Amino acid sequence: MSALPGLVRSGVTRRRMQSAVIGLAALLAVTAALLGGSLLVVSSTPFEDAFAAQSGAHLSASFTATAQEVGATAGTASASAGPFPTASTAVRVDRIDLPPITVVGRADPGGSVDRLTLVEGEWADGPGEIVVATSFPMDRIFGRQVTLTDLPGDPVVKVVGVARSVTRTAEAWVAPSVLTAPQGYQMLYRLAAPLEVDAALADVTAAVPEGAVAGSRSWLTAKQEAVRESALFVPFLVAFGVLGLVMSVLVVGNVVAGAVASGVRRIGVLKALGCTPRQVVWTYVGQALVPASFGVLLGVVAGNLLAIPVLGQTEEVYDASLSVPLWIDVVVVAGVLGVVTVTAWVSAFRAGRLRTVDALAVGRTGGARGRFALRWFARLPLPLALGLARPFARPARAFGMTAAVVFGTAAVTFAVGLGVSLGVIQSARDYDTSDVTVGVEGPMRPDRVEPDPGVVAAALSAQAGTDRYFGLARAEMTVPGMAGFSQVYAYSGDASWGGHPMIAGSWYSGAGEAVVPTAFLTATGRGIGDTVSLQYKGKSVSVRIVGELFDTRHDGLAVYLDAGTFPELRAEKFFVSLKPGTDVQSYVDGVNSALGSGGVSAFPSDSGQLSDTILVIGSLTALLTLLLVTVSALGVLNTVLLDTRDRVRDLGIQKSLGMTPRQTVAVVVSSVGVVGLAGGALGVPLGTALHDRILPAMGRGAGTNLPAAAFTVYSPLLLAGLVVGGMVIAVLGALPPAGWAARTRTATALRTE
Amino acid sequence: MSTPLIELHDVTRKYENGPPALREVSLTVREGEAVAVLGPSGSGKSTLLNLVAGLDRPDLGTVTVAGTRVDGLGEAGAARYRRAKVGLVFQFFNLLDDLTVLENVVLPARLAGTGRAAARRRAGELLEYLGIARHATAHPGRLSGGERQRVAVARALVNRPPLLLADEPTGALDSASGADVADLLTELNADGQTVVLVTHDLELARRCTSRTVRLVDGQVALDEVVSR
Repeated sequence: MSALPGLVRSGVTRRRMQSAVIGLAALLAVTAALLGGSLLVVSSTPFEDAFAAQSGAHLSASFTATAQEVGATAGTASASAGPFPTASTAVRVDRIDLPPITVVGRADPGGSVDRLTLVEGEWADGPGEIVVATSFPMDRIFGRQVTLTDLPGDPVVKVVGVARSVTRTAEAWVAPSVLTAPQGYQMLYRLAAPLEVDAALADVTAAVPEGAVAGSRSWLTAKQEAVRESALFVPFLVAFGVLGLVMSVLVVGNVVAGAVASGVRRIGVLKALGCTPRQVVWTYVGQALVPASFGVLLGVVAGNLLAIPVLGQTEEVYDASLSVPLWIDVVVVAGVLGVVTVTAWVSAFRAGRLRTVDALAVGRTGGARGRFALRWFARLPLPLALGLARPFARPARAFGMTAAVVFGTAAVTFAVGLGVSLGVIQSARDYDTSDVTVGVEGPMRPDRVEPDPGVVAAALSAQAGTDRYFGLARAEMTVPGMAGFSQVYAYSGDASWGGHPMIAGSWYSGAGEAVVPTAFLTATGRGIGDTVSLQYKGKSVSVRIVGELFDTRHDGLAVYLDAGTFPELRAEKFFVSLKPGTDVQSYVDGVNSALGSGGVSAFPSDSGQLSDTILVIGSLTALLTLLLVTVSALGVLNTVLLDTRDRVRDLGIQKSLGMTPRQTVAVVVSSVGVVGLAGGALGVPLGTALHDRILPAMGRGAGTNLPAAAFTVYSPLLLAGLVVGGMVIAVLGALPPAGWAARTRTATALRTE
Repeated sequence: MSTPLIELHDVTRKYENGPPALREVSLTVREGEAVAVLGPSGSGKSTLLNLVAGLDRPDLGTVTVAGTRVDGLGEAGAARYRRAKVGLVFQFFNLLDDLTVLENVVLPARLAGTGRAAARRRAGELLEYLGIARHATAHPGRLSGGERQRVAVARALVNRPPLLLADEPTGALDSASGADVADLLTELNADGQTVVLVTHDLELARRCTSRTVRLVDGQVALDEVVSR
């Protein structure tokens, strides 16, 4: 075996281009697989570790029943904690009103379910003390006084500790004695069958009086919230990982099989000198493994570096430093190298089986294959006919080349579709689209002036150029059983034209109806047609959900409804659509002069900010697609180069008979025409199918369904262009060998053995 | 009398769609002999050489070389047999163009498990002996035909095989280079190397060998000792 390294080295350096293609394919496969795999594992690991360590609640439920009735549900689970008294209350800190929170009366942070981790301070033992969750809606709150404005007597309490609940069962905890008039009770359950949360909830519901279960929350929802950002990346990275791996197999197979086919005589010589079949095969496997190893090494570096910004999202959730685990590096590296080895071995197997005497006697004359195709194309100009018939003479080689074009085209189709879809999603995020906005610019301050809706409405109605407008009031409300708060958008006037992308159902038609995002439906376990309770300043209002809308702000926990549902809310902004031809600046000036200098003003509306996540996905997609297309084109180049070298003597004969360099280029380039067309025609549907599977999966990762417009992104013209793109990939790959064939001197070509 | 090195007994080799390339051929070559196998195209010369080299297997009969039954060997066994027992010289040299002259010569020794230093030392000696040591680091493409064939001979001898098989070794050379290679083969045989030469060049056979085997239609038509 000791002679093999020299043979492998000479093979690698002799086929620099093929080695580079193998290296690139391995780089692509490792980068994408490493990113997808590590995100899949790393993003959920911290949650699962914390959930196990803290005995997180598989199910948390809130009740409007007596403590005794709630306590009776303990028998439905393998372990439980509670009943804990609960209350929803707004909070004021330093004269700033914060969104409402759920406060739970709990004597200690321990117990058998949902043990809380104190990250700062101590537990609240008595009146005047409160412990807040890490998810509390204000930073640096430890040690400060807060007023619980919706509780009897507006108690002022001091934040004595900060704690983390893995399943986010509350935003704050006080001693049970503080909640003298609880609005309900909370029970936390550990289940013997953690995945059967619905069945457990049904048991709990059956154990209390009808209607007593005000809300519930599954640990799976908490887990999905924890991994949402990174889960968004997993589907498309896995898709690219699979594409990269398939491309690696194709490239390695093509290169090694091509090297064997063009090196038959060399194989014969090696065997004649004493190389065993196994040694010959290993020579070719080594020629694939060496460049693949370099590609794998670079892929590991690239994958680990690219994982930093993506894993950063998950790090924030847990205050933990996350990186690609070593074992993932090892598994991916071993996997890709294993695939390369097996593919190369299978492709080189023929080299081992070749009989030495046959290999040594191999001739350069072509067989009869493909002559029938030449007759098909006989009516075409000769260079075109010769080129088009070529794939039929070497069907296996043409198949490998077609496969490379198929996957290259599929990658481009997928990437283009994903790009257009992300654009649609980005524009769908521009809610409340309008020409002019009226309100107060800048952050919320204690002394901020709120617009007088009547004055603004009068000014807008009187202003020439106003087409239509609506007002918006915002408030944070709690929903029983749902962690945190829900951002409620209450519209006065017809807001249906405000660019709110609907997924299902319809826009609300009046007070008492609401439209909500997918994540809200998931978090509350509700669907279209169901009702949900919104708690605001001690008042509970039921609304019926009539539509599902695309919205990822506030973790998708928003509610859109008519202002008539909460008449006490005052519109803080107005969104105006202007009649066609109205000058925006003149209009703004007119409205501002009518409003005077009271702090409320009109200004031109701006479009939404570009999402960082969409930017990262777009950049990663572009990078991985570029790599795939490069590998695909180089795969074609490699095959055409091999084929051209095999035929250089034939080309020399043709040139000696009068074929011009231009015609030689035409022969070579047209030989990939059929391949490009077939590859494009097969690759485009594969790419669209991939898009239609991956996009919803990405949406699910982000916790939302997607608007229909995000799926209908392929116009007939675009599809036709993408099919042509397959041909472009093939022709790009064929041009360099065609140029080489055209430049080769006829005498040199004729002398080639 | 020296011991037999090659023994063919009733060897027949048939290919598809044609008469047998070899028909019940029996032949013995003793150690130290220089034998020329002559005959027109299609007479079975190359088939005979392939069978002795273990590159092909007979349909009938036995082939024994240096005590090894070659006709029953598999591909791996045949490879090991060639490393140890046979040196091959081809008409078109069959040097590996991406390796240097020295690396080409070293290759069979390394395949046979010889250490790197020992293999290079042996290759260096052979290149020196054959007068091409100055080309050790050159690639074969830069050498003349005669020089390339000398490299091929060096490669064939690197493992000190008891048998040197040469298939039309001067067929691709000009007359001066051909004479040069003929002298080399004669010299090797004079030093005790057994040589079997397949050729249709009567002059080469006359210069290099002391025995001529003439094949016609796959059968031995003449087997005679000649004086050089």
